[in-house]
Amino acid sequence: MSDTSTRPPEAEHEDQVSTLVEPSRLSPGRRTLLAVVRARETSILLVLVAVLAAATIKTPSFLFSSDSWRDLLLAPSLLVLLAVGQAVVIITRNVDLSVSSILGLTAYLTGRLFVDNPGIPIVLVILAGVLVGGLLGAVNGVLVAWARVPALVITLGTLYIYRGIVLTWAGSDRINAGDMPRDFLRLGNRSIATIPILTIVALVVLAAVGYYLYAHRGGRELYAIGSDPDAAVLYGLKVRSRVIGAFVLSGGIAGLAGVLFAARYGTISSSAGTGIELQAVAAVVIGGVAIFGGSGTVWGAAIGAFLLVTINRALPILGIPDFWQRAVVGGLILTAIVLDRVMSARQARKLLAAREQS
Amino acid sequence: MATTSQPRLVLRDVRKSFGPVVALRSGTIEVAGGSIHALVGENGAGKSTLVKIVAGVHRRDAGEMLLDGEAVDFGSTAESKASGVAVIYQEPTLFPDLSVTENIFMGRQPLTSGRRIDRSAMYAETQALFDRLGVSIDPRRPALGLSIADQQIIEIAKAISLDARLLIMDEPTAALSGVEVERLFAVARSLRDEGRGLVFISHRFDEVFALCDMVTVMRDGEYVATRPVADTGVDEIVSLMVGREVSDLFPKTPATVGAPVLEVEGLNRTGVFHDVSFEVRAGEIVGLAGLVGAGRSEIARAVFGVDRYESGSVRLAGKAVPQHNPRAAIRAGMAFIPEDRRKQGLVTEASVARNVAGVIRRGLTRGGVLTQRAENRAAGPWAGKLEVKTNALDANAVTMSGGNQQKVVIAKWLATDPKLLIIDEPTRGIDVGTKAEVHRLLSELAGQGLAILMISSELPEVLGMADRVLVVCEGRLSAELSRDEATPENVMRAATHAGEAVR
Repeated sequence: MSDTSTRPPEAEHEDQVSTLVEPSRLSPGRRTLLAVVRARETSILLVLVAVLAAATIKTPSFLFSSDSWRDLLLAPSLLVLLAVGQAVVIITRNVDLSVSSILGLTAYLTGRLFVDNPGIPIVLVILAGVLVGGLLGAVNGVLVAWARVPALVITLGTLYIYRGIVLTWAGSDRINAGDMPRDFLRLGNRSIATIPILTIVALVVLAAVGYYLYAHRGGRELYAIGSDPDAAVLYGLKVRSRVIGAFVLSGGIAGLAGVLFAARYGTISSSAGTGIELQAVAAVVIGGVAIFGGSGTVWGAAIGAFLLVTINRALPILGIPDFWQRAVVGGLILTAIVLDRVMSARQARKLLAAREQS
Repeated sequence: MATTSQPRLVLRDVRKSFGPVVALRSGTIEVAGGSIHALVGENGAGKSTLVKIVAGVHRRDAGEMLLDGEAVDFGSTAESKASGVAVIYQEPTLFPDLSVTENIFMGRQPLTSGRRIDRSAMYAETQALFDRLGVSIDPRRPALGLSIADQQIIEIAKAISLDARLLIMDEPTAALSGVEVERLFAVARSLRDEGRGLVFISHRFDEVFALCDMVTVMRDGEYVATRPVADTGVDEIVSLMVGREVSDLFPKTPATVGAPVLEVEGLNRTGVFHDVSFEVRAGEIVGLAGLVGAGRSEIARAVFGVDRYESGSVRLAGKAVPQHNPRAAIRAGMAFIPEDRRKQGLVTEASVARNVAGVIRRGLTRGGVLTQRAENRAAGPWAGKLEVKTNALDANAVTMSGGNQQKVVIAKWLATDPKLLIIDEPTRGIDVGTKAEVHRLLSELAGQGLAILMISSELPEVLGMADRVLVVCEGRLSAELSRDEATPENVMRAATHAGEAVR
């Protein structure tokens, strides 16, 4: 193995190293092209396209019928939302496992508000969901930022606590579609120009967060914090408030997802959303966000969520038994993580080699 | 800018302790605007603590701190930064995943009217900064994989772009080549001429005398003296720094040096250390000296098998030791006491007996069962021999002083009956009184025929204890000095100048 890596590199290898070390030498067009080709997002997108193609060839109606087109877009929408919030938290080298409980709590809150206050404006309910979600996220954030306990442990705790609140509050109560206004339920399954409203909401949130992370100081600081938390402190960045902000965002998005969950499914019990937190983490990891923070994008996380849901729907069509369906998802996660480690180790080695040469 | 009558920075009798260890007894310095002020002292003299107090990393326990005549008390690095203090740390602090440009401008990127980050302006500004510094680093490349020298340049660029009124450089030249140092000095002088105050910490006296206007000497956490550079010389500064006879403090009894125990040949690891060859003989203490980050600990970890190496060989008592296998290294007769013993060498929540017996546990079990009695029986003689002062072997290690903890760790490894002891920073965090005891112990062990490889950042400790000194500079052995040759100047020269080895 050392034979190939320590031998004087061929021209192609040298070219790769120089594009890594001196990207400014390239023309802007070539740089963009290279960035797109190299991006993790691109490879996940290709996998997604391959899955879609395979399923569509086997069963053309998987894509080409009005209902299935709608399902294709609608099914992943909630997970896309959660993955966006989760990605922001993971980029700061933390994790938020409590999102499923926040979703459950705000979903039940939504139903309860409609039941107890007939005629309440829909906007107000949505606002309440986001606010409560943000508040619960703030609790996570404050605990993580001040208690110096890993986020994994803190949010595992609040995962149970928040679910406990829903269980106590709802009991065996179940809210049905009939309890909620029609206009609200339409949010969950109507489309505008063949695109479901839910999907549009998810895309708007995705675009807003993606833009913030790319183009705003606060967003870049989240990357810096995840890249090296100690350096961020020495740098004078407001690490604590940024981390709290990330958790508030994740909680707020989970709150919004809870409201939309109510609109989409119509029936809400105390177990709404159970287990979806791990899917959100999986989507983020598959989407190329480093689990140790500092790199990756919400775009990747969203594609990861899309892929995760679509693969689950496509595998039965491709005739793969139930057991293997789960195994495929597991394999996908492991592949993503291994790929991430291998690629970053390779890049580090190349950069080191470039330094030794100069 | 500011008048010269008003000093930029004043510290008076600043005090800071961490638990029982006093890091800074009385930090005093007065830095004028438009001057470069050198701060010198041995490792552990309290320079870095002083810097971190000014930087807002630590809060002082007592004393005065004035910036441009105004009393300040920084609770965070953000506050000191906002007051115009920029610090370049000994070990650069960069975000490896981000581009060098983002590293320079993080938190204060140029914005367009829509509060959006103006990337092209940011890249252009970085390019301008690099041009001014005369370096060719691509503004778009990631910080990952930069050499220490380049990382240092990024830090300097950061400080310049901050437009700081006080710039503190903690050994910025430690890893720079001659050309890079010259460039840095040119920048430092131009910053001085703009009226800024600079604090320059360095071990290289030639640099201090070439660059600085004033020099302040510290020793053992205390202010010693301040001299105008023009009125003093290397000899005076060294005597102020050392302030005591080296040999008195660190008695190494001469021992008969036997056959080679450890033979290391051609050890390589890309980017960490290169072509490292040396041997340690029975009854000999070999000191591994060098600056922080030179690769001393990494070499030791590779020898013991904690880390990998790419080529080379390690032999103990003539037999090859397989790489990356600490277990085999222990079996072969190596013992390794790492730098941070609380983290790596000692289970602080466990009893002394359990710690001492930990390594040889396998040999103590009877049918797979380990009893406390067996542990105590095995630990007793060792703890006694080393005069560990704990009431009973059952006491938890966490309640003991640093010196006693170190003895427990040494006891733990002696129980394996090693031929070679590798010890990294044997007296770090140990108060002066107990230090001598640890030294006496090491000296005795060498006298009994143990081969000892000692890594230390404290120059007097190396000079006093070691029969031979190996100096590491940027991952290479730059000098091998006998006890007579090993003067502070020789070691420092070898530790700071890679190319010009002493021999």
